[in-house]
Amino acid sequence: MNSFSYNKVTEVAEAVADLTGHANARFIAGGTNLLDLMKENVARPDHLTDINKLALTAIEETEDGGLSLGALATNADTAWNELVERKYPLLSQAILAGASPQLRNMATNGGNLFQRTRCYYFYDTATACNKREPGSGCSAINGINRIHAILGTSEHCIATHPSDMCVALAALDAKVNVTGPYGDRVIEFRDFHRLPGDTPHLDNNVQDGELVTSIELPPSNFTQHFHYLKVRERQSYAFALVSVAAALELDGNTIKDIRLALGGVAHKPWRDCSCEEAFIGQEATEANFRALAEMILADAKGYGSNTFKIELAKRAIVRAFSEALKNN
Amino acid sequence: MTTKYIGKPASRVDGLEKVTGKARYSADFKVEGLTYGFIVSSSIAKGKITGIDSSRALALDGVLQVFTHENVRNLPWFKLRYTDLDAPSGTPFRPFYDNTIRFSMQPVALVIAETFELARYASSLIKVDYEEETHTSSLYQNISKSFKAPKGKIGYVPPKSRGNADAAYEDAAFKIQAEYKHSAEHHNPMELFSTTAIWDNEKLTVYDKTQGVSNCQFYIGNVFGLAYKDVRIISPYVGGAFGSGLRPQHQLFMAVLAALELKRPVKVGLTRQQMFSFGHRPATLQKLALSASPEGTLESVRHEAYSETSQFENYTEVIVNWSATMYACENVELKYELVKLDTFTPLDMRAPGAVTGVHAMESAMDELAYTLKMDPLIFRLKNYTDEDQVNEKPFSSKELVACYREGAEKFGWAARNVEPRSMRDGKNLVGWGVATAAWDANQMPSRAKALLSIDGKLVVSSGTSDIGTGTYTIMTQIAAEILGIAIENVTFKLGDTNLPLAPLEGGSWTAASVGSAVKTVCEDVRKILLKHAVKTKASPFYNYDPNKLQIDSGEIFDPNDSSKGISVTEIMRLAGVNSIEETSTSGPNPLVGRKYTMNSHAAVFAEVKVDEDLGTVDVTRVVCAVAAGKILNPKTARSQILGGVVWGISKALEEESKLDHQYGRFMNHNLSEYHVPVNKDINDIEVIFVEEKDDIVNPLGVKGVGEIGIIGVAGAIANAVFHATGVRVRNLPITMDKVLQIAEDDRNQVAV
Ligand SMILES: Cc1cc2nc3c(=O)[nH]c(=O)nc-3n(C[C@H](O)[C@H](O)[C@H](O)COP(=O)(O)OP(=O)(O)OC[C@H]3O[C@@H](n4cnc5c(N)ncnc54)[C@H](O)[C@@H]3O)c2cc1C
Ligand code: SF4
Repeated sequence: MNSFSYNKVTEVAEAVADLTGHANARFIAGGTNLLDLMKENVARPDHLTDINKLALTAIEETEDGGLSLGALATNADTAWNELVERKYPLLSQAILAGASPQLRNMATNGGNLFQRTRCYYFYDTATACNKREPGSGCSAINGINRIHAILGTSEHCIATHPSDMCVALAALDAKVNVTGPYGDRVIEFRDFHRLPGDTPHLDNNVQDGELVTSIELPPSNFTQHFHYLKVRERQSYAFALVSVAAALELDGNTIKDIRLALGGVAHKPWRDCSCEEAFIGQEATEANFRALAEMILADAKGYGSNTFKIELAKRAIVRAFSEALKNN
Repeated sequence: MTTKYIGKPASRVDGLEKVTGKARYSADFKVEGLTYGFIVSSSIAKGKITGIDSSRALALDGVLQVFTHENVRNLPWFKLRYTDLDAPSGTPFRPFYDNTIRFSMQPVALVIAETFELARYASSLIKVDYEEETHTSSLYQNISKSFKAPKGKIGYVPPKSRGNADAAYEDAAFKIQAEYKHSAEHHNPMELFSTTAIWDNEKLTVYDKTQGVSNCQFYIGNVFGLAYKDVRIISPYVGGAFGSGLRPQHQLFMAVLAALELKRPVKVGLTRQQMFSFGHRPATLQKLALSASPEGTLESVRHEAYSETSQFENYTEVIVNWSATMYACENVELKYELVKLDTFTPLDMRAPGAVTGVHAMESAMDELAYTLKMDPLIFRLKNYTDEDQVNEKPFSSKELVACYREGAEKFGWAARNVEPRSMRDGKNLVGWGVATAAWDANQMPSRAKALLSIDGKLVVSSGTSDIGTGTYTIMTQIAAEILGIAIENVTFKLGDTNLPLAPLEGGSWTAASVGSAVKTVCEDVRKILLKHAVKTKASPFYNYDPNKLQIDSGEIFDPNDSSKGISVTEIMRLAGVNSIEETSTSGPNPLVGRKYTMNSHAAVFAEVKVDEDLGTVDVTRVVCAVAAGKILNPKTARSQILGGVVWGISKALEEESKLDHQYGRFMNHNLSEYHVPVNKDINDIEVIFVEEKDDIVNPLGVKGVGEIGIIGVAGAIANAVFHATGVRVRNLPITMDKVLQIAEDDRNQVAV
C-alpha cells in the first residue's frame, strides 16, 4: 500500500476543502470498496479524507412527499428504515439483495454510487485495462467476460456497474445532491453514471472534489407492484449476472405507470424511458412484458461468455413483472 | 465391545482454543526482531526475465533486501534436491533458479522489510522486464498433444483394461457415449499460506502451514543443505488445506531463504491472489462410452481422461480406474493421458481423481439407465459386484447395498417417477438423482509416542497434522479408550518434526495410520502397567495373570472380583516408576493387501429444484449414506461428510478457476469471484453411517471419512438436474446458461 495522509473531517465544507492541495485525494466512507482497490494497487490515493463523521446520515421525508437519503447512512440502515420500507420497498429489496450483512453495515449510500466495476482485469494490475490504465486496452473483450455488459458497451470497455441499490434508484427517478468547490448541484440519476465510450476510466459525471450529500427520491406510487430480481450463481454474496427492478402502477389490469431498470448488463443501471412509455395503457400480461423485454434488449450485444445474458435478461424481466403483479 | 470413547460423538478437544482465538496458526507466531517478506509474482505465463530493477524498493528506509534470481546463489542446481515426498515425476519448480518464467504468478522477487506494510509497498516499486514467449494454456485445444501418463507419483496406479470394450460396445443393444469437461479448481482454504522461519546460526525453526511437517523438513534440508536434525518444522493448527498443504509452497522456501541469508527471523505469507499461483485440481476432458444388454447388464465401459499438467512435472491422479471397479463388467477399456500446459503443476485436492472420474462415470451410468428405461438405482444394483475385477480380489468389506437401501429409504426414492420433467413445484422443476462413490481405505506406516506420568496424565504424540478434520480429537479418544484412562487426562500432540514420524495428512488414511500407531503404543503402555500390577509386591494383584485385569477410568481391576483395585498412579508409585514412555510403529499388513481390496463406499441421493425460466439450480435435499468401517467419532465424521457434500454441491454448481488464455492466468483470484456455496445455498443434508464391520482393513477397523463424502455428490446433482429438466449438462459447473441451453460456448451438452 502506498503511504498516504489521512484526515477525519466533521463539516461538509471542511471535507470539500480537505481534498484540495493533493494530487490524488479521495473521500473514504465505509471503505468496503476503496480499501480493496488500494490493497490491489488499483487505487493509490495520496490522501484520504474520512467523511464518516459528517452529519449526513439522516433519512427523512422531503417537502414534496419524497424521501431524502443521507449519503453517509449505511446501506443496512437505509434498507431497514421504516420510511424506505413503506414508501420505496423496491429500494429496500434491491439493497438487501446486495453484498452481505457485514458489508451493508459498513457500506454507505454515497459509496455505493461510486463503487467500481468487478471486472477481473480491472482488479489485476498484470493485465491491460482501459478503465484502470487508459489506452492499455481491454482484456475482457476477448477474455473472460461472463460477468460483462451487453448494452451500451464500447470497443474500449465492456464493464458493468455492479450496484444493486443503483438499479432501484434508476427505476425510481432518484436525484443526487452534490456539493463541491464550485457549489451545489443536482444530478438526475440517469445522468449520474456514464457509458464507457472512449473514456472508460470515468464511471460517472461527478467532478473531482465533489461530495455527494444526499440522494432524493421523488414521490411515487410503486408500493404495491414492485419486484427486484437478482439472478446470480449463488443465492447471496455474489454480484448480479442480471438484475431487474420492476414496478407497476395499475388501473385494473391496465398499466398506468411502469418502471424497468436493469443491473449487471451495462456500465450504468440501464433504463430506457421510451420503452416504458410504449407500454403505458397496455394490459399487464406476460406477453406484453416479453415484448417490453425484447424492446429494451433490442440492441444488446454479447461477447461470447456473456451472450447468454441477453436471453436471461429477457426472462428475468418477465419474471420480475410477474412477481410484481402478485404483490398487493 | 462396549466402548467408552471410541465411536462416541466427542466434541473437538481443540474446539475451545479455536473459538477463543488461542489456537495459533502459522502466521500467529511472534518472535523478537521479526521481518516480513512479500512476494512479487510474474505477470506473464512464459518467457524470460530480461531485467529486474529493485532500486526504488531498496532505497526505502526499512527495506532489508530484495531477493531475485540475480542475487540468489549457492542453491543446488540438482533437481532432485527439490523433490518433496509428494512430488510427481519431473523437475520440481526451483524458485529463483534462473530467469525463465514457467507459469503466471511465478515468484520473481522477494522483498524483506521491517514491517509487512513496507514490504508490500516496496514490492509495488519493483520493475520487472520480460521477454514474452507464446504460452499454451488451453487443455481442450491441445488434446492432440496428449501423452500416456507416466508413473512416479505416490498413490498413482496406472489404469488396467480387460476384455474387449470396443467389440462389446459395437454389438450392444443399448449404448451411450458422451464427453465431460471439468475446469481447474483451487483449494482456497480460509487460512492463507504463511511461514515464519527463525535461524539461530545452528538450527532452523520454522512455523509453517502444512499437511506434513516431515515433508517440509526433508525439502528444506535438501534445498538449503541443512541436516534434517537441524531443521524443526512446527505446525500445530492448519486452517483448512484440502491437499494444498501436501507439498511445500512458495512461502516456505522464501522465508527460509531470507532467514538464512539475513540472519533475522522472517515471515512470508501468500496473498489470496497468490493462492492461485500453485497447485490446483486439474482441468480435464473425459470421454465415456457405456453399453448394456436389454436386461440392464453392463456390457462395456470405455473411459478416457485427458488432464492438464505443467511443463515441468507430470501430475497424475486416479481418474478412470474407479470405472473399472465400481460395477461388474467384463469389458473395460481405460485410458489416461496428460497434456502439458504453461501453468503450475496440479496438486491433489480432496478425493483427487475420483471426484472428477466418478462424476463422469455416474452421469454416464444415469444416461445409460435412461436409455434402458430403467430406474437408475435398480440399474446400479443390477450391476453390483462384491469383487474387485481389476485385481480379482474380494473387498475386505463392502456395505454399499446397505448404503443404497438406507439412503433410498431416508430419501423416499421409491416414490420417484422415472420420467424427466415429471415433478414440479410452482415455477420449479424438481428432480431426483443418485450416484455411487468409492475411495481407498489405505494405511501408511506411522509412529506414535506415549508418555504416562505419575500424576496419571498421558501425553500421546505423532508428527501428523490436523487440517480441521479432528485428528486431535480422535487420537485422544483412541488413547483414552485403549489405556483406560479418563479422556480429560489425555493430551495429543502433533505437527512437529520433534515428534515421531507420521505420513503426510492425506488420502483419508490418517485415522487408520496414526490411529493404529496410537492404539499400539497405548497397548504397550497398558502392558507395562499391568506388568507392574502383577510384579509389584505391594500390589493387590501381585502374581495375578495380567490378562485377567482391565483398566478403566485410571483404575486397574479384575472384572470377576470387585473386592480389589488399584489406580494407575498408585501402581506406578508402588513400582517406583515416575513415568512410562513408549514409542511404537504400526503399518499395513502386506499380506492382507495382497488378498483384499480395501475401499470405502457411499450412495448419494440429491433433490434439486430448477427454476424453469431462469435455469438456477437449488439443491434442496441430499442424503449421503456412507460405509466406512468403524466410525471413531460420529460427530467429527459427520462434519467431514457434511463438508464433503457442501463441496460436492460447490463443484456441481459453482466452482471454477477461470483461466484467461490471453495471459495464461487464473483471473477470478479472490473469494468474491471464486464462488463456493454460501449458507443460503445449503439446505437439508442427511448423513447416514451404515453398519460396516471390517476386521481386515486395519486393527481399528476404520476406513477414513475425509474424502468419501464429496465423491458422489456432483454426479447425483447432475443426474437430478437431468431428471428435473431433461437437459444433460456434462460440463461442470452446471450454471443457468447451460441448463437453459443459451450458453454460447457450450457445444458439448446435448438435450435429450
Ligand atoms: C465482496 C463484496 C461483495 C459485494 N457485493 C455487492 C452486491 O452484491 N451488490 C452491491 O450493490 N454492492 C456490493 N458490494 C459493494 C458495496 O456495496 C460497496 O463496496 C459499497 O456500497 C461502497 O460503499 P462504501 O461506503 O464502503 O464506499 P468506500 O469504499 O468508502 O468508497 C467508495 C468510493 O466512493 C467514494 N465516495 C464515498 N462516499 C462518497 C461521497 N459521499 N461523495 C463522493 N464520493 C464518495 C470514495 O472516495 C471511493 O472512491 C460488494 C462489496 C464487496 C467487497
Ligand atoms: S471491460 Fe473495462 S474494466 Fe474490464 S478490462 Fe475492459 S476496460 Fe478494463
